[in-house]
Amino acid sequence: MKLNIEGLLVYFPYDYIYPEQYSYMLELKRTLDAKGHGVLEMPSGTGKTISLLSLIVAYQRAYPLEVTKLIYCSRTVPEIEKVVEELRKLMEFYAKETGEKNNFLALALSSRKNLCIHPEVSSLRFGKEVDGKCHSLTASYIRAQRHSNPGVNVCRFYEEFDAVGRQVPIASGIYNLDDLKDYGRKKGWCPYYLARYSILHANIIVYSYHYLLDPKIADLVSKELAKKSVVVFDEAHNIDNVCIDSMSVNITRRTLDRSQANMETLQNTIHKIKETDAAKLKEEYRRLVEGLKEANIARETDVYLSNPVLPDEILQEAVPGSIRTAEHFLGFMKRFLEYLKARLRIHHVVQESAPQFLKDIFEKVCIDRKPLRFCSERLRSLLRTLEIADIADFSAITLISNFATLVSTYSKGFTIIIEPFEDKTPTIANPVLHFSCMDPSIAIKPVFERFQSVVITSGTLSPLEIYPRILDFRPVTVASFTMTLARTCLCPLIVARGNDQVAMSSKFETREDFAVVRNYGNLLLELSAIVPDGIVAFFTSYVYMENIVASWYEQGILENIQRNKLIFIETPDAAETSMALEKYQEACENGRGAILLSVARGKVSEGIDFVHHFGRAVIMFGVPYVYTQSRILKARLEYLRDQFQIRENDFLTFDAMRHAAQCVGRAIRGKTDYGIMIFADKRYARADKRGKLPRWIQEHISDGSLNLTIDETVQLSKHFLRQMAQPFRREDQLGLSLLTLEQLQSEEMLKKIAQIAQQA
Amino acid sequence: MAALSEEVLLVVKRVRQRKQDGTLYLMAERIAWGPEGKDRFTVSHLYADIRCQKISPDGKAKIQLQLVLHTGESTTFHFANESSSLKDRDATKELLQQLLPKFKKKANKELEEKNRMLQEDPVLFQLYKDLVVSQVISAEEFWANRLNMSSVDHAVSNNRQEVGISAAFLADIRPQTDGCNGLRYNLTADIIESIFRTYPAVKQKYNENVPENLTEKEFWTRFFQSHYFHRDRISTGTQDIFSECAKQDEKGLKCMVVQGVKNPMVDLLSLEDKTLDEGYGSSTAQSTSSSKQSLKENSNSAIIKRFNHHSSMVLAAGLRKVDSVNDQASETSSTDGNSRDSDFFQPPIKKVKLQEAIEYDDLQKDCRPRMVALNLKKSDRYSHGPIPLQSQHYSTTQDIINSINFIQHEMASYKPCLTQVMSSSAASSAIAALSPGGILMLTGVQQTINQLVPNDVQGELKHLYSAAGELLRHFWSCFPVNTPFLEEKVVKMKSNLERFQVTKLRPFQEKIQRQYLSSNLTGHLEEMLQAAYNKFHAWQTRRMMKKT
Repeated sequence: MKLNIEGLLVYFPYDYIYPEQYSYMLELKRTLDAKGHGVLEMPSGTGKTISLLSLIVAYQRAYPLEVTKLIYCSRTVPEIEKVVEELRKLMEFYAKETGEKNNFLALALSSRKNLCIHPEVSSLRFGKEVDGKCHSLTASYIRAQRHSNPGVNVCRFYEEFDAVGRQVPIASGIYNLDDLKDYGRKKGWCPYYLARYSILHANIIVYSYHYLLDPKIADLVSKELAKKSVVVFDEAHNIDNVCIDSMSVNITRRTLDRSQANMETLQNTIHKIKETDAAKLKEEYRRLVEGLKEANIARETDVYLSNPVLPDEILQEAVPGSIRTAEHFLGFMKRFLEYLKARLRIHHVVQESAPQFLKDIFEKVCIDRKPLRFCSERLRSLLRTLEIADIADFSAITLISNFATLVSTYSKGFTIIIEPFEDKTPTIANPVLHFSCMDPSIAIKPVFERFQSVVITSGTLSPLEIYPRILDFRPVTVASFTMTLARTCLCPLIVARGNDQVAMSSKFETREDFAVVRNYGNLLLELSAIVPDGIVAFFTSYVYMENIVASWYEQGILENIQRNKLIFIETPDAAETSMALEKYQEACENGRGAILLSVARGKVSEGIDFVHHFGRAVIMFGVPYVYTQSRILKARLEYLRDQFQIRENDFLTFDAMRHAAQCVGRAIRGKTDYGIMIFADKRYARADKRGKLPRWIQEHISDGSLNLTIDETVQLSKHFLRQMAQPFRREDQLGLSLLTLEQLQSEEMLKKIAQIAQQA
Repeated sequence: MAALSEEVLLVVKRVRQRKQDGTLYLMAERIAWGPEGKDRFTVSHLYADIRCQKISPDGKAKIQLQLVLHTGESTTFHFANESSSLKDRDATKELLQQLLPKFKKKANKELEEKNRMLQEDPVLFQLYKDLVVSQVISAEEFWANRLNMSSVDHAVSNNRQEVGISAAFLADIRPQTDGCNGLRYNLTADIIESIFRTYPAVKQKYNENVPENLTEKEFWTRFFQSHYFHRDRISTGTQDIFSECAKQDEKGLKCMVVQGVKNPMVDLLSLEDKTLDEGYGSSTAQSTSSSKQSLKENSNSAIIKRFNHHSSMVLAAGLRKVDSVNDQASETSSTDGNSRDSDFFQPPIKKVKLQEAIEYDDLQKDCRPRMVALNLKKSDRYSHGPIPLQSQHYSTTQDIINSINFIQHEMASYKPCLTQVMSSSAASSAIAALSPGGILMLTGVQQTINQLVPNDVQGELKHLYSAAGELLRHFWSCFPVNTPFLEEKVVKMKSNLERFQVTKLRPFQEKIQRQYLSSNLTGHLEEMLQAAYNKFHAWQTRRMMKKT
């Protein structure tokens, strides 16, 4: 259908529309009009992606000069591919309706592992191996060597692409990962480099967060993306953790040992070069004197996305003399390394801030702050000059140099924690230096600053106001949308007691309590008898799940559950879990029914949907608080309190509730789907917990479902399931939660729609 | 004795049957009983005829064993030897238990199958009556290419329905204390079957060790004692025969894991697009500590592994049968799964899954017609549909109207040209040809045959057609005759056809004549037969020529 969104003609590739989709598009358009950022929460399964794409593509067509590019960031590879397929659907609709082929170029970008077509390289299992092997075939100096020695192995796909691929831009169309590979095979070009090159002129790019948020990758891939782009972070409820992860550094003894080895290799290479090609080093020296002017000009003229590892100040200066020559720099690094080694030889935990660290290093080994800041850039220059092919081999020394730059650049937002051993094994010395980022806004700041509109969206972003605070940006629209339902297809229940009236809770004091474990078991057992097909249960942590499973096994609860359904359990091993997951789906598919025991914050809870019969009930055993004894977390909480005035408890609850919501939200994917959501912990009944659930779940929790026993839960569930099993036809939905174009245009409906979006 | 040549497996004396004392013999192929003092058997059953055996409960005074036959009859034996009656009975029971299944599978399957086919398909049944009962062809010939042909399209429905396996079958073996510091496990045949199907490794062990090294009882005792059964215990030694099973299971599990998953949407390994480089990230890898797990944690994760394995084995055992059928069909389309070298074939399943994932069926108009595969159970109904088949080519209404208009137009402007008329004899023969019954109206007449011929004759004719068709099918299927076997068969078939003509067709023709119906009815049948004969003669003369 064709929609009119405040004067913008939007093609929507379906015949019907959900009211909240319309409302979502309205808000999104306002965000784009204002050229600002937005935070939008809409239940997953209500067609968020297609609404986003429809609107932004329409906007791009209407105002090609205002919005030149859409950068769509998602989290997982299947997610990325799904987005591209929806886009394909939209474009097909455009082609059908307008009758002309539009010249949109949209493509997905993923790591080499998913795009490589080189027969040997692509057969490697791990992403890192693929990257390393690819480097060793495509590095510029290897290719240069080939001119003199044709026996050197290179990648023919890259050669072919390099020779002709850049001259003619890729034909317009929609390219998913597989399409890129096919195209690459047909042309004999490397799909990865083709995609990386093509994103510069593509209208729509779909890739993962890391390509924008991880400075190491963003600098390579996304640096030159146009300023007039709209950036969308989908499934963004975890975005702060992604930011923090990309900026944090851990240094162990092993890292230091490997750096030491790297240094020796560098030393030897420098020696060799000095004898054969001293001019090269001189040339480098000259470059370094001139400084990083180029980068500076680029940044000032706003050509590039800035790199948080490359602070502004150093762009204006030349590399300090003390580390300008290669030998001096190596000597400098050696000193730094020795210092780190000494710091790791400790017997008690040390926590300090970056300035303290700098002061200490100056006192002990006379290393100044200034040269430290240039470390990262200086090393990169050196590696370039020395023509090192396998950058992966030098990851250790690169890590150290990045750390040096970060620690000397940011006096705030980071903390240094040195632990001599792990908490669990106090007898085994395994010193680690955590340089952890406290402030997610550091990594995402360049994105907010550079791009015209950044939209953060997810099914679970509640409470909405917290994201702008921790990410430090000022959104123009903040809205949460509810799910209009013709029938209440979700049934959130808070189970607080067993039939013996013992309170159920995963609270630390009671979690090992025999009665609690037994009651949890009984809850699962009773539900396994009444819920058809699949049940997914989430535990707060892996260790907790292991213990509970063991004691259920001893008590014979699992045996009884097996009478009703098969049991599959998530393990720390991803391959094993994938298998269990597939078998679980198989068991649901063939009517046998199964239970999947899984872990909140685990891979399953983050990336796998349990649509329809794959998840008719989700049970959240306990409140998934993060492990609070970790020093890194404590430091972060402190930082949040001092900087953003967010109380520790608020943040912890917020974090726990967003994960709980993620877990239970996995079961509902659309309005024809239905599922029971069970929160098995008495603490959920409290207003401060409940209030942090997404609005679309919260509004279905009645006072009557707050403090249930197992028996009551079973009764309510039975009732619910019986109701849901009735046929559900389109006519039931139409006009309420599903609209035709005519219905959408009626005055009354527009009024109703206006209420769907709740401005925070 | 009547059957001295037979191998006698067991002789039980003092067994009563119908209040008569006698001796029970268990032989290689049958069970027999003869009254005392006589040297013939009054009761004799082939094992293949026996459906099952029943025994009297342990507490009862009379110790009896009952055999139920497939026909529904039953025979009861009463073991009357005071001292050893129970032992005798149990020995008989055990032996029967081993013997019966062997025969059951072999003998009855085919018979049942044939029986079922005849019952399900009345046309076939009639054919069978026409051809076999009246001894036109032998039963073997009749079934010869029926069975294998039907086994293809009936394969799915023919399969004896497998009984599923309860996931909790191990839990059902409740150990009971027997009062003196021991445990009793109740094993039933079902449970054993479940164990074997779920854990092929155990079955293998069983086949290896029973009965050579261990008795059945010992085997199961060891099974329950083994660490394999109680997986949470840590392995104590290697003398346990099941430790190998555990290893094999582990291998199987690993193999499954390495194989990966077919559905790319649940493949957690390829979920993450870009992992952080080593050394980055806020949480250090847990791997350093996991190698040094405590004993308890280790056993916990063993339990978890075991559950995953158990569930997938149960699932696999249930699916194995279906898979083997489906695989043939879907071999090319989906089995290649995720293996990396078959990259070219990967997209289809992935595409389908992706499409599934992005579909919103309630937003779409449901314009897609629901496709149902055509599954013909009674093909005759389909092919004999309600409309008689006509051989003339189809003309549209518009054509007909046009031609009528044209003729009308012609007629309106018709001017007789009296100098060039036909001769009267030619004209009258033309009129005759065009009136009902004439040569040119033959096709029209045949439509009315339903009205001309009484129903019973029609039915008979139908049977004749199907029988002739069946025979001719046999006949024509022999060509080209390129093996001695076919030669033989074609000759036999020809004689069958002749016999059919004599015993079936002729009487029918006579009957029609008696009822003064047009003998034209069987004309086509005879033509078909004649065509076959001609073919046969041609073939025969050619063969003669070759030989000479």
